[in-house]
Amino acid sequence: MSDNGNGHRYKVVLGYGTCGIAAGATAVKDALEEEVKKGSYDVDLDIAGCMGLCFIEPVVEIFDRQGGSVVYGDITAKKVPQLLEEHVGKGQVIEDWVVKKSEDPEACEGDFLANQLRVVLRNCGKINPESIEEYIQIGGYEAAKKALTSMTPEEVIDEVSTSGIRGRGGAGFPTGTKWGFARKSPGEEKYLICNADEGDPGAFMDRSVLEGDPHSVLEGMILAGFAIGARQGYIYCRAEYPLALKRLDIAIEECHQKGFLGEGIFGTDWSFEVKVKKGAGAFVCGEETAMMASIEGQRGMPNPRPPFPATHGLWGKPTNINNVETFAAIPWIIAEGGEKYAEIGTEKSKGTKVFCLAGKVRRTGLAEVPMGYTLRQVIFDVGGGIAEGREFKAVQMGGPSGGCLPAEKLDTQVDYDQITAAGAIIGSGGMIVADNRTCMVDLARYFLSFTQDESCGKCTPCRIGTKRMLEILERICEGKGEPEDIEKLQVLAGDIKDASLCALGGTAPNPVLTTLRYFKDEYEDHIFNHKCAAGSCPALITLRIDPETCTGCAACVKVCPTDAITGEKKEPHVIDAEACIRCKMCLSRCPSESIIAE
Amino acid sequence: MEKECACSNRFADVDDLGPLEEIIEHYGSEKGALIPLLQEAQDAYGYLDEKIMREIAKRAGYQLSQVFGVATFFAQFRLKPIGEYLIKVCHGTACHVAGATQITDEVINQLGIEEGETTPDNKFTLESVMCLGACALAPIMVVGDDTHGKLKPTKIKKVLKAYAGPGGPEGAEGDDAE
Repeated sequence: MSDNGNGHRYKVVLGYGTCGIAAGATAVKDALEEEVKKGSYDVDLDIAGCMGLCFIEPVVEIFDRQGGSVVYGDITAKKVPQLLEEHVGKGQVIEDWVVKKSEDPEACEGDFLANQLRVVLRNCGKINPESIEEYIQIGGYEAAKKALTSMTPEEVIDEVSTSGIRGRGGAGFPTGTKWGFARKSPGEEKYLICNADEGDPGAFMDRSVLEGDPHSVLEGMILAGFAIGARQGYIYCRAEYPLALKRLDIAIEECHQKGFLGEGIFGTDWSFEVKVKKGAGAFVCGEETAMMASIEGQRGMPNPRPPFPATHGLWGKPTNINNVETFAAIPWIIAEGGEKYAEIGTEKSKGTKVFCLAGKVRRTGLAEVPMGYTLRQVIFDVGGGIAEGREFKAVQMGGPSGGCLPAEKLDTQVDYDQITAAGAIIGSGGMIVADNRTCMVDLARYFLSFTQDESCGKCTPCRIGTKRMLEILERICEGKGEPEDIEKLQVLAGDIKDASLCALGGTAPNPVLTTLRYFKDEYEDHIFNHKCAAGSCPALITLRIDPETCTGCAACVKVCPTDAITGEKKEPHVIDAEACIRCKMCLSRCPSESIIAE
Repeated sequence: MEKECACSNRFADVDDLGPLEEIIEHYGSEKGALIPLLQEAQDAYGYLDEKIMREIAKRAGYQLSQVFGVATFFAQFRLKPIGEYLIKVCHGTACHVAGATQITDEVINQLGIEEGETTPDNKFTLESVMCLGACALAPIMVVGDDTHGKLKPTKIKKVLKAYAGPGGPEGAEGDDAE
């Protein structure tokens, strides 16, 4: 909210998304309510979705009457009384807790936000996601009203085509073209599906958008339904996202009350309904045909394409499927114009993209940047570089279908074609940053175990091919790699890519192929030297204590399950390599970081 | 915030078909409702017993093979009962990079059960899940309704201890991130 609402001197807004709640926002909420009840503060309390500052949750933003604001991070229930007393009571900012100030947006950690351009996340963290009024107050549903009352469906599609937006779910297919196919597809009954089955581990922007701004997704769907001629929409959302599901239900109910869903929307003769379908946990259901099978109540197995969903989709009817992030951008495009959106980004990748920064980056969270930013800008300028002052090793993009890019690719622009040329994919936008303690062979093994587990089993190359690849990777990580393993992996990868039925199998070998391309030396080190330089693979490392830094506190002795550590009090300790099972309990316990895995 | 009762008899007994009848009635002849039917049945009974699946097939008009096929395809459906607290250790990429394997190993070590198993006292069931979407707090683990973030293997013992006694978790709010 840009002002503080009901005429109170201050408005205190708590970030109340899944990340915030997991970090303790519920206790903060209780404390705020209690303090305000018992004190005589001139203040209004509200919640908002995730601002994307996940690294410093729980987050509280305090607005003054002039619209200025201060964002505080790492707020706990214990800090609440002081926060209210000093900021709200005395008007004094508590500098030590500040993340960002509106009068100096780059101060403190504020450049995390200052370096972003927010289109999709325009309302996340700013409005109460459980209040349609707050969404309407900032211009919500104006775009849908404009389109339904003054534009033809073809004009809506043209505007979206002009914007150049490409599907944000991963494949990057031009949205306007896709809508055009569905529009032209003959048939009275058509369906629209919002893909909210965010299955890529490491991607959570769809969850954040649904939790923080569900109405922009619904408005995008109303626009899409009108454009293609679908009167029934489905949102296929992961069951792992209970808060998103709850807020969607609230938002849909509010829309019905306002007449934005149902019969005769905005006084026109157009009708549109949205139903939420809760996923049941299958990564392959992110694939369009598998998702439709699941909505129909069947095992979520993909079918060969063609026929494409645009002609033969849900229940055999023309169907259009877009991702949450795509839908959330549509109201902005219709309101501001496709040309304005097309001014952002690169020649072939227009607009902005939300990335989820996670892993060994200092500031984890949501980063929405214009296409064309370099990886370095995203990871270092927005993300603040590598955590604990360590060295950047790689960034994993696109989840299990994507790849790992090394330091020499940091100046690559984020753009569908450039990232693909470099060996990864934009995908859904997960960016997991790895430092020098992350083993790239183990990371490839991790992704293969994921795809192997999630393979639906329908086609042989994916079902058995990924199993064989995983077995090879497991044996390399266990120090039992064979000299011809690298070649075997490459041959298998090629076969699986060529012969799999759907994109899950077709892209499953990618994490192995890119790590082989950029980190082949690590594979060779594992196979020929039986070494894991990152100190990660248990079978290939030894743990020792640095006698220079060990303080002899004996914390490690207490947690060692095999009593492998001995030493006199306050003297450097030693690990008996024979007894050590390399569980690394000592490593996570040591206060002086004296335990070295090598 | 009011907590849901987490006592072990929070689920209906599989011999009591009352809740199931309500669920089947609610969906009526709705097209493609098998998955929500199974989800709600699992919410009511805690897992999908053979008896429940047979009833769904018979009363909602599905082949038993179809019901069993769907129930075994999706990760969310369980064919065995769970303990009082379901422990879900996240194994998404960010959690993996941050040491999720060690978290699972330490839970196994503390509880003496393998993944997918329930402790003999019916207190805990251990599961691995793929990404709960709270990557910024990696590695994370969910016990019952509480999320525990920024975990370390050495913290597991303390976290589990809070749930071990009778009468619900003590001080186990999900705010124990450092």
